[in-house]
Amino acid sequence: MTKRTRVFGLFGLVLLALLGVMAAHAALARRASGPALRERALLVRRLELTDLCLSTEANYTRHLSLADFHTAFQDHPLALEHFPSGSLLGPPPHLRRSHGQRD
Amino acid sequence: MASGIERQKNVLDFTLSSLLRRKGKNLALLAVYTLLVFLMASVMLATSAIRKEASLVLKEAPEMVVQRTVAGRQDPIPLAYLEKIRDIAGVISSDGRYWGYYYDPVVGANYTLLVPRDEMPEPGTIIIGPGIAAARLAMAGDTLEFKTQLGGILELVVDGVLARDSELVASDLVLVSASDFQAIFGPSNGLATDLVVRVANPRELSTIAEKIAARLPDTRIILREEMLRTYDAVFSWRGGILALLLFGVVLAFVIISWDKASGLSQEERREIGILKAVGWETSDVILMKFWEGAVVSVSAFLLGVVLAYIHVFFFSARLFAPVLKGWAVLYPQFRLVPFIDASQLTALFFLTVVPYAVATIIPSWRASVTDPDAVMKGL
Repeated sequence: MTKRTRVFGLFGLVLLALLGVMAAHAALARRASGPALRERALLVRRLELTDLCLSTEANYTRHLSLADFHTAFQDHPLALEHFPSGSLLGPPPHLRRSHGQRD
Repeated sequence: MASGIERQKNVLDFTLSSLLRRKGKNLALLAVYTLLVFLMASVMLATSAIRKEASLVLKEAPEMVVQRTVAGRQDPIPLAYLEKIRDIAGVISSDGRYWGYYYDPVVGANYTLLVPRDEMPEPGTIIIGPGIAAARLAMAGDTLEFKTQLGGILELVVDGVLARDSELVASDLVLVSASDFQAIFGPSNGLATDLVVRVANPRELSTIAEKIAARLPDTRIILREEMLRTYDAVFSWRGGILALLLFGVVLAFVIISWDKASGLSQEERREIGILKAVGWETSDVILMKFWEGAVVSVSAFLLGVVLAYIHVFFFSARLFAPVLKGWAVLYPQFRLVPFIDASQLTALFFLTVVPYAVATIIPSWRASVTDPDAVMKGL
């Protein structure tokens, strides 16, 4: 086996080891986050929250599940979306369904 | 068996030397390939972590929220509606929620003001979310000013800051007393922002929702199940920026694969011709090309996934942050819990590695089954 094959083998092993470290880190982090997750769930129950706080720029991306029918037409019909987060976060499925069956 | 392994080693060795002869081109290819995997894996890891976290945390959300809509917009709901809801069989309780958005001109941030029914803060005091504490550099004992509906200034003392771990659900929250809420937004006059309903049997939720909708036709009902489903559909692939990102990634990947599949360079064809002329079998050539594809694509896949993991779970998916933050000042610095969906990673592997490997082998097979003399002459 030549030096370059050994170097490549080592490179492959390092990558696989990193993948292993990643999986181990994920498992440990999940275990460690148990109490924090429970705490968050309790806060959600106590404060009767409905959404995650992913974005604070527009009401319909702050409270995604409470978005309404005129989302993206905030000011008047044909008013275009001008909040960047609105183009990343999709509308809630129940809202789309409310417009009636398609096809 | 031993000779088989030896053969693979020798072919791999030759493949590496062949790749190193075109070092610049192959390193550029590896970098672009890694970037493609990194982008796709980042989206996959972030969405799957948010979905999982939402499903764990929002399972404690209210079972049902009832909102009133007037002219297509949400409007405060009369508390008189509570009686009509409480009359329905199966409803345990129903109460009004008081919450609203407040724009803080001092830092230009939007807050969510909320009156908790349990452990309500004393009048004159507030409890703030960690995002607000960071934006206003506020801590317990500090005072924050709020503009009241009558134009005055209401000074509220910070009684506490919610735990840093709660950022993902409470970053922008200001918990206030009912009297301070009314001072800021005006008297409620028998109205609430919306209503929450608790039921005895969760299986009756949709029946009860139908009854409420029939009794109160100017309302809309959002079930907990729908809240959870909302986060299943978060980061929709049809969304503008993600669609563009995905389109760019797929196009780049198609170009790379097409370049490989559409044919070999003159140099590569000559190399195959020489190998055939010196006695390599077609299977050896295909094996070499398989190794070539595998070395590039598997390395790019592993590198891309590891970098995406670091990006999403150590740097809070900073690449997406500017979009999520948008024009807002207050941006939750949440650390996602690394819930990895193995099936998604497997799908990503088959989506990115297999097409490239196949695209590498096909033209090489075509070149290797033709006459070596013709291949070397470039016919």
